[in-house]
Amino acid sequence: MTPLTHYLIFSALLFCIGFAGAMMRRNAILVLIGIELMLNAANLNFIAFWRYGNTEAISGVMFTIFSIAIAAAEAAVGLALVIAIYRHRRTMQMDKFDTLKG
Amino acid sequence: MLPIVKYLWLIPALPLLAAGLAALLKKERRASAATLAIGSMSISFLLALAAFLPTLSHGEHGVFRECFNFTWFEFADNTFQSASTVQLGWVLDPLTAMMLVMVTFVGLLIFIYSVGYMAHDENFTRFFCFLALFAAAMLGIVIANSLLLLFISWELVGLASYLLIGFWYHKPSAAAAAKKAFITTRVGDMGFLLGMLWLYSKTGTLLFYDGGNGCLEQSALIKLVAETTMCGMAISTAISILIFCGAAGKSGQVPLHVWLPDAMEGPTPVSALIHAATMVAAGVFLMARIYPLLSASADPATISTGLKVVAWVGSITAVFAACIAVAQNDIKRILAYSTVSQLGYMMLGLGVGGVAVGMFHLITHAFFKALLFLGSGSVIHGCHEEQDIRKMGGLRILMPITFATYAIGMLALCGFPLLFSGFWSKDEILASAHHWQISQIPFYLGVIGAFLTAFYMTRQMFYVFFGSPTVSPAAVADTKAKHSHNPHSSHSHEPATSIHESPPVMTMPLVILAVFAVLLGLIGTPAWPWFHGYLAGHSPKVDLGKLAEDAGLMLVSAVVVFTAMGLSWLVYSKVTLQKSREVDPLEKAQPFFWRLLANKFYIDELYEVTIIRLNKAFSVLSDWLDRTFWTGVVTMISHLTVGLSWLSRKIDEDLVNGGFDHGCDGLRESSRNLSKAQNGQTQFYFRVLGIAFVALVLALIWRAK
Repeated sequence: MTPLTHYLIFSALLFCIGFAGAMMRRNAILVLIGIELMLNAANLNFIAFWRYGNTEAISGVMFTIFSIAIAAAEAAVGLALVIAIYRHRRTMQMDKFDTLKG
Repeated sequence: MLPIVKYLWLIPALPLLAAGLAALLKKERRASAATLAIGSMSISFLLALAAFLPTLSHGEHGVFRECFNFTWFEFADNTFQSASTVQLGWVLDPLTAMMLVMVTFVGLLIFIYSVGYMAHDENFTRFFCFLALFAAAMLGIVIANSLLLLFISWELVGLASYLLIGFWYHKPSAAAAAKKAFITTRVGDMGFLLGMLWLYSKTGTLLFYDGGNGCLEQSALIKLVAETTMCGMAISTAISILIFCGAAGKSGQVPLHVWLPDAMEGPTPVSALIHAATMVAAGVFLMARIYPLLSASADPATISTGLKVVAWVGSITAVFAACIAVAQNDIKRILAYSTVSQLGYMMLGLGVGGVAVGMFHLITHAFFKALLFLGSGSVIHGCHEEQDIRKMGGLRILMPITFATYAIGMLALCGFPLLFSGFWSKDEILASAHHWQISQIPFYLGVIGAFLTAFYMTRQMFYVFFGSPTVSPAAVADTKAKHSHNPHSSHSHEPATSIHESPPVMTMPLVILAVFAVLLGLIGTPAWPWFHGYLAGHSPKVDLGKLAEDAGLMLVSAVVVFTAMGLSWLVYSKVTLQKSREVDPLEKAQPFFWRLLANKFYIDELYEVTIIRLNKAFSVLSDWLDRTFWTGVVTMISHLTVGLSWLSRKIDEDLVNGGFDHGCDGLRESSRNLSKAQNGQTQFYFRVLGIAFVALVLALIWRAK
C-alpha cells in the first residue's frame, strides 16, 4: 500500500500548481481552473487522511462530497460571473477588472 | 365743584393740540395752520372768559378758589416706609382767571397780527405751530396748582422761546440769541429746581392749594417759617429766593437780563408774545403765585427777606435797563430794555405792595407792550426790515393808524397822567414804594426809572414818526443790499420803493390793544380799586377821597413825566429834522456816558471776560484732559485688548486648529497610502494572501521545531 506521504506530496504539488495558476494566469477561466485544482488537492488530502485514519467514521468522505458539490456550485457561479463580465467588457483579462480599487 | 374747574385743562390743551396738528401739516398748508392756531386760541379765550365769570363772586374765605388735583404717580419712600405721591392739578382763582383772559386775548391778537406779518415767510406753518406751543406752555403755567406742573410748563416756555427766537436760524445772530436765551434762563432755572426740591423735601407736597395741605397754606407755611437755615434765614425765605432765581431768569431781572434784548432776533410777533403775554410775565406770575411763601415771616409785623430781595432787585433792574434804553438805536432793542425796566417795576410792586400792585402793572403792561411791539413790527414791515430809528422819520403821515396806536402805547408806557392805564399801574407801584417801611431808595429809583422811560420813549417817537417823511437813500440802499445778500429773507418779494401802512389784519389788533391800553387803567384807580378787590376777594368801594390822598404823589410822577418828555422834545425835535442824524445830541454832550450806555454797561463784555472765559478755560482744560489723559487711557485699554485678542487668536489658530489640522493631515496621508493597497487587482490580493500563508506556514514550522 502506498504510504500516506506520497499522497500528501502529490496533493501538495497539485495545490502548488493550482495556486501558481490562480496567481499567475491572466485569463479568468484559467484562474478558475487553478482554484479547482487547489480544491481538488484539498479533497485528496481529506480522502487520504480518512483512508489512513479511522475508516469507521465517514466524515472525511462526507467532507469531500460536500466540497465537490460546493465546488460545482462555485464553478457555476464563477463561470456565470466571468461570462457576465465578458459580455460587459469584452475581455477576459484579470488585470483589467480593477473597478473596485481604492 | 364747577364744571369749568374740572375742564380748565382744556385751555392749555387746545393750543397744544393745535401745535401738534400744525406740526404734522405740510409746509403749503398755511391757511390750515393759521386757522388751527387762531381757532384753538379763540376757543381757549372763550373758555377763559367762562372761567373768569365765577371768580367774580367771592368764596367763603374771601377769595374764590377751587382746585382739581390728581395723583400723577406714587413711589416708595425709604424713610417713611410708605408710598409717597406726586400730585398735579390745576387751580381756578382770580390770579389764574385774570392771567388766562389776558394771555389768551393778547395771544389771540398777536396770532391774528402774525397772519399779516409773516404772510411772506415760507415757514409760516412752522411759525404757527411754535406760537401755539408757546401759548399752550404759558397757559399751563397759569393754571398749574402744582409747582411741578408749573415747572414743566415753565421749561416748555423755555423750549418754545428757543424755537421762536431762533426761528430765522439761518441768521447766525438769531441762532446765537436763541441759545443765549435758553442758556441764561437755564441758569435761573437751576435755582428754581433746587428750591422746588427743597420745598418738596420739607413739606412733602408741591401742590399750592390742597384743602389745607398745600405748600402755600397755613400749616406748611408755619412749619417752613419756624425752621431756619444758614445766616438765620427762614427756610421759606431761602426757598422763595431760590425760586426767585428762576423768575429772575425768565423775567430778565439783573443780572440775568442779557438774553432779553438779544431775543429781538426773532420775528416781531414773537417779541410781542415774549414781552407781553407769555414768557417774561411768567416770572412775575410765579412770584405772585408763591406770594404767601415769599411773604411768610415769623413775625407778621416785619417784612420778609424774600420780599426785600424782590423789591431791591426789581428797583435796580428798573433803573438799570431804563438807562441803557436811552442810548439804543434799534427800535426793538429800546422796547426790549423798556420791558426789562417795566419788569423791574412789576417785581418792585410785588415786593413793596403785594400781588395786586405787581399784577396790575403786569396786565396793563401786557396790553401796551404788545401794542408797542406790534406797532414796531408794523413800522419795520412798512420800512422794509429797517430797524434803526435814525434811518426812519416822518412816519406819522405815511402810517397814520400805526402812529396813532403807537402813540397811545408810548404814552401808556411813559405813564402819561390820568388817561392811560400805564399811569395808574405805575403810580400805584411808586405809591407803595413810597410807603415802604424799609427804605426810600427803591422809590427814588422808581422815579428815576419813570423819568428815563418817558425820555427814551419820546426820543424814539421823534426819531420814528416825526421829521422828514422819507427814509434816507442810504437806508433804502442798505435794505436793498440786505435783501440781495440774503436770498432767504422772508419779506423780499416787494421792491423797497415806498413806505406803506400795514394791512388791516395787522392794524386791527393794534387798534383793539390801543383801546385796552387806555381803558384798563380804569379798573385799578385808587378811587375804585376793583382789581385789588378782585384779587383779594372783597368788594371795592368807590372812594374819591383816596384819589386826593395820593394826589401829591401823582402830581410828582406827572411832573416827572412831563419834564422828561419836555426835555426829550427840546433835545430831539430839532435833531430829527436834520439830514445827518448819526450823532445823538447826548452823545456829543457826554461821549463817555453815552458809550457806556450804548454798550449796555458792558455787561455782555463782563460776562465774556469772566463767566464765559472761565467756562472756556474749563472747556480747554477738559479738552486737553480728554485728548491726552483720557485718550491715553482709552488707547492703552484698546492696545491691551488688541494684544489679548492677538494672543487668543494665536492660541486658537496655532495650538487648537493647528494640532487638529495636523492630526487630520496625518490621518488623510495614511489613508491615502493604505488605499493604494486596494488596487482592484484580485490576483494581487491573492498573492498577498499567498505570501501571508507561506509566512504563516513558516512561522508554524518555526514554532513546531
